[in-house]
Amino acid sequence: MAIFSVYVVNKAGGLIYQLDHYAPRSENEKTFSFPLDLVLKLHDERVVVAFGQRDSIRVGHAVLSINGIDVNGKYTADGKEVLEYLGNPTNYPVSIRFGRPRLSSNEKLMLASMFHSLFAIGSQLSPELGSSGIEMLETDTFKLHCFQTLTGIKFVVLADPRQAGIESLLRKIYEIYSDFALKNPFYSLEMPIRCELFDQNLKLALEVAEKAGPFGPGS
Amino acid sequence: MSRPTNRRQDNHKIDWHLPSISSSASAHHMSRELFVLTYGALVAQLCKDYEKDEDVNKYLDRMGYDIGIRLVEDFLARSAVRKCRSYSETVDMIAQVAFKMYLGVTPSVSCSNTTENEFFLMLDKNPLVDFVEELPAGRCSLCYCNLLCGVIRGALEMVHLAAEVTFVQDRLKGDDVTEIGITFLKKLEDKKHKRKK
Repeated sequence: MAIFSVYVVNKAGGLIYQLDHYAPRSENEKTFSFPLDLVLKLHDERVVVAFGQRDSIRVGHAVLSINGIDVNGKYTADGKEVLEYLGNPTNYPVSIRFGRPRLSSNEKLMLASMFHSLFAIGSQLSPELGSSGIEMLETDTFKLHCFQTLTGIKFVVLADPRQAGIESLLRKIYEIYSDFALKNPFYSLEMPIRCELFDQNLKLALEVAEKAGPFGPGS
Repeated sequence: MSRPTNRRQDNHKIDWHLPSISSSASAHHMSRELFVLTYGALVAQLCKDYEKDEDVNKYLDRMGYDIGIRLVEDFLARSAVRKCRSYSETVDMIAQVAFKMYLGVTPSVSCSNTTENEFFLMLDKNPLVDFVEELPAGRCSLCYCNLLCGVIRGALEMVHLAAEVTFVQDRLKGDDVTEIGITFLKKLEDKKHKRKK
């Protein structure tokens, strides 16, 4: 039972806050010797496995770190180009960590504004006036819950489909936003939220909601 | 449909264990006198800074506006009110819920006979003027509580309702009652925000 992430979208559709709360399950670190029997290629500014799926390293997994140093796109954190580095036999044996690629912050911004547009279309498609807009988007692996306030701010929570209590969690996040983000005199409205107290209290609230479990408290 | 059963489950009361920094007047532990004195000190300082009454009124309104745009979210988050369907419902909400929550008083609402969009809030008790006897000499057109007008104006603007809010009568200026007048203007469209992209 888990809550995967929280997004806060402002009135114009811009993402002002994002939190990823899940522990990725499918990451593996393995030691390799030359030649590498996986075929790697550059795709979408990331180095991904194209062929040679084995053990739990699947096609589409991205290179997350080499020898413990994180990889950003096609370069490692200390500036080496990944494909070049892995093509050189003197660098072996090397330990590489593979996993499902995480979303970059630009991609998250795009997704948020796309959701904002979908939400607007959703409210206009409604046969009745005054529709609440998209409240839930359901798939087999997650449920997206959205709450739009009367002032136009949207709180979006992605959670496990069996997780209950998300409606009250969304209201609670609204309260936390009005307390720790808005009451901060140095926070300007509609701008990205960089308030520590907001972060802390949001994480606390997520933990409480997760503990409540799929059937609510008292089970 | 499975949706109704989901809703029922979500009504479980979850004990959030979070620090209770609630701002609703009933739960707040700050002394009311401290608040009234702070407001008085604010107005007194503004009077020292600006000679003209219009300037002081203008800055009080602007400060109230900045407070109102933030306070409205706190109000909506804590009171969980539904969307109002008419102007009179909105003004009732302001008088009976918002004023009660933040100042502990409930003004009475009346509607203008002439125009549909004009409403009046009559304040019997105004905690902000508890310690004020009369306006100082030379400050006859000072609206002491103009901050409240700004707050209401800012709050309404955030829910896409443009309004003009002023004091139509003020006991401090010699009238019998203190009355705030709210005149609704053309509704702000949501489309205004979409264009900003």
